[in-house]
Amino acid sequence: MQLTFRIWRQEQSQPKGDFKNYEVEGVTEDMSFLEALDHLNEMLVLQGERVIAFEYDCREGICGQCGVFINGRAHGPHANVTTCQLHLRSFNDGDTVVVEPWRASAFPIIKDLIVDRSAFDRIIEQGGYISAKTGTAPEANAILIGKETADRAMDAAACIGCGACVATCKNGSAALFTSAKINHLNTLPQGKLEADQRMQDMTRQMELEGFGHCSFTGACEVECPEGISIANIAEMNARYLRARLFG
Amino acid sequence: MARKVFPDLYYRDIIWLWNYPNHCLLPIIFSMMLNAKIPEGKLEDKWRNYKIHSQLINPANKKKLQVIVIGSGLSGAGAAATLAELGYAVQCFCYQDSARRAHSVAAQGGINAAKNYQHDGDSIWRMFYDTLKGGDFRSREANTYRLAELSAPLIDHFTQQGVPFAREYGGVLINRSFGGVQVQRTFYARGQTGQQLLLAAYSQLYKMVRQKKVTMFPRYEMMDLVIVDGKAKGIIARDLVSGELKRFAADAVVLATGGYARVFRLSTLAIGCNGSAVWKAHKRGALFAAPSFTQIHPTALPQSSAAQSKLTLMSESLRNDGRIWVPKQKDDARLANEIPEVERDYYLERRYPSFGNLAPRDIASRAAKERIDAGFGVGRLKNAVYLDFSRAIANLGQATIQDRYGNLFSMYKKITGIDAYQEPMLISPAAHFSMGGLWVDYELMTTIPGLYAIGECNFSDHGANRLGANSLLQASVDGYFILPNTINNYLAKELPEPSVTVDHPAFQQVESEVGQHITQILAVGGSKTVDFFHRALGKVMWQECAMSRNKTGLEEAIELIKGIRTAFWTDVKVTGRGDELNTELEKALRLADFIELGILMCTDALQREESCGAHFREEFQTADGEALRKDDQYAYVSAWEYDEGEFILHKEPLEFEFVTPAVRSYK
Repeated sequence: MQLTFRIWRQEQSQPKGDFKNYEVEGVTEDMSFLEALDHLNEMLVLQGERVIAFEYDCREGICGQCGVFINGRAHGPHANVTTCQLHLRSFNDGDTVVVEPWRASAFPIIKDLIVDRSAFDRIIEQGGYISAKTGTAPEANAILIGKETADRAMDAAACIGCGACVATCKNGSAALFTSAKINHLNTLPQGKLEADQRMQDMTRQMELEGFGHCSFTGACEVECPEGISIANIAEMNARYLRARLFG
Repeated sequence: MARKVFPDLYYRDIIWLWNYPNHCLLPIIFSMMLNAKIPEGKLEDKWRNYKIHSQLINPANKKKLQVIVIGSGLSGAGAAATLAELGYAVQCFCYQDSARRAHSVAAQGGINAAKNYQHDGDSIWRMFYDTLKGGDFRSREANTYRLAELSAPLIDHFTQQGVPFAREYGGVLINRSFGGVQVQRTFYARGQTGQQLLLAAYSQLYKMVRQKKVTMFPRYEMMDLVIVDGKAKGIIARDLVSGELKRFAADAVVLATGGYARVFRLSTLAIGCNGSAVWKAHKRGALFAAPSFTQIHPTALPQSSAAQSKLTLMSESLRNDGRIWVPKQKDDARLANEIPEVERDYYLERRYPSFGNLAPRDIASRAAKERIDAGFGVGRLKNAVYLDFSRAIANLGQATIQDRYGNLFSMYKKITGIDAYQEPMLISPAAHFSMGGLWVDYELMTTIPGLYAIGECNFSDHGANRLGANSLLQASVDGYFILPNTINNYLAKELPEPSVTVDHPAFQQVESEVGQHITQILAVGGSKTVDFFHRALGKVMWQECAMSRNKTGLEEAIELIKGIRTAFWTDVKVTGRGDELNTELEKALRLADFIELGILMCTDALQREESCGAHFREEFQTADGEALRKDDQYAYVSAWEYDEGEFILHKEPLEFEFVTPAVRSYK
């Protein structure tokens, strides 16, 4: 099949970029979207041009490193998938596919389709952990956790940190990411001791990084590859209130 | 100077003899057996004995010691966080944009531990024996025992760190089975065990970043190792955003860079996984052990096109409830669900009745290859077998199967568009795990003093085949429990010496060599892409150095790869510059090392004239096609020394003091 890619190109250290069109032939329906970009890059190399910088690593939907806006949607036309899980069978022969980086003030563009998501690491740094040291653990079954609690923690813990929630949010909010991490740890008995402090420190960092506020549109949960529910944000808000009142 | 005359002085013993007639001392250099430094005592006492006798460093002094950790996966992040907790000053590097991306994240099925929670007769001894036998008796007894011994405390550790392991309604932890064992000792967090363990390690790492005990360098790639007076003292790294080369000095360097199965190009690994750090260390003097021992995983998704970049893994845990089969009739054109039960060949159940679908990976992969090669393969390209859940769904209900493997089924659907609750999955073998790696002793130190290798990038615990759910275990145990208790034994001796700084001439020398290497690759200006050469390399490696190997094929492969190397250095084209973010250059640098590593892997596979575990030489098999091990000739670890493009073999004999190697049977 033949596709036209309309791709955002932005030089390093340049404040602005622009779209550029690329005609790509010889791609097939069972190629993944990222493999089509690989193919395009090989064509560019042979023409002596610089390759398009884009990110990926595991290419099986779990590492969270890939992620671009495709035809105006984070991770492409389907709900709850990563970019690497998108295949060309989702497009028609002759389509024009518009590819842009994540757009959010807290995710500055480094080059072409690559953005800087280190703000997420800094949110985790402010308490997205249990502070016990290696070597101090009690016997695992000494901590009994009901299946429902464990499952709820697991649902929140599934976040892969790709940033689609931020990119798709009109406010550029990181509420889904932050709430998922907080709820994972605060739901479990192991995380309860530091729950209020974690709540306050992580949400403060989220604001310092320049993420917007959540206005509860629910756009994030549609694009989240792991289907993390916005109920997490509501829970975070309730925890926040509790932490401010009683913490 | 001494290094110049005796390039590998540091792992050979020198004995000075008084030469009577001339009245002088004569150095006699013995190419001694590699000393694995196994502690004295009974198997169950060795680790305790080691710890009792190792040297300690007081907290005030630990602060003065710098440790570099390359890689932020389970072993790297675990080691960096734990070393920082102990008081060392740690610098941790990863090529990804965040430490949380490391490929430990992709391990799905679980982590083994000898907890015996299921009351099914498990014990440390049984887990040790299963692992040793699973590896076809090609690993050290002492290392393997320690792995099993530290498994139970590791589950305690991860539970404390907030890993949401699967639980029973009553609140206790659940286990399931994995290949090659008959007990249930695998702990799991839905189908995302690796991700959950890595997130625990990553969050612990950032806890130490917050305390300013770890400095994290994401988007940095190690380019080379710096050795001063025979000891590892630092690295040259490339800032992948600016392209700048930077020097980092330390008192010890820890490699935690994972596996190198991307040498096959198509593998279950992340695209960025590479062998460059271990290869550079090898070229600087670290011996490389069992390089050709590569695990081919039986349950990956089959290749569907030539442009494919990656083979997605479907967890081995699926074999708990899934049954593997092919049609009894060749070229059967019917859909899977149309083929009646009696016309299906459940070949693993047929050939290995006692382990059935849970036969170890090497055996399951070879059995699949045998059926596919014989013309019974299924799918559009006839390169797959079926993994069928219909009986499990009928017996247990779809809800139970969904609870156990829901995310794997949905991942399968996302990639293939097929609903595996309705029809069987199509699966096929794929390159997966490197049992081989840098040779390390019991302390996890390589043959370069001060250079450690932990996790998948060392060779130590899995022998010739790794059991499922043992890789998360080994990575974690190496990083959290072993290295933090052995590195002190070396650093205590280094403490009185002043730390080397980046102004040392050795740093300048290595940095300029790295700079020249980059310039050289950019200057070739040929006519073919990096991926063109990677596909060529992968094809040769997959045909000749994967599931089955033979003398003629391997000899040809070595020549072919040497040809690829020449072609690469005369005809590759890399656009862009060295002093900018350049993903094409990154790929080229990694591939240049993969090509050389491929030659070593084939050399190793050619030299070992026996079959063991994943290393199956067609010339050495039993009448019914099983691996034929030759303990009288090959019961040793092959450790290769780099010598100007050639490789010299050193042997570490494997002595079995506590168990007797048996014929590995799963029938």
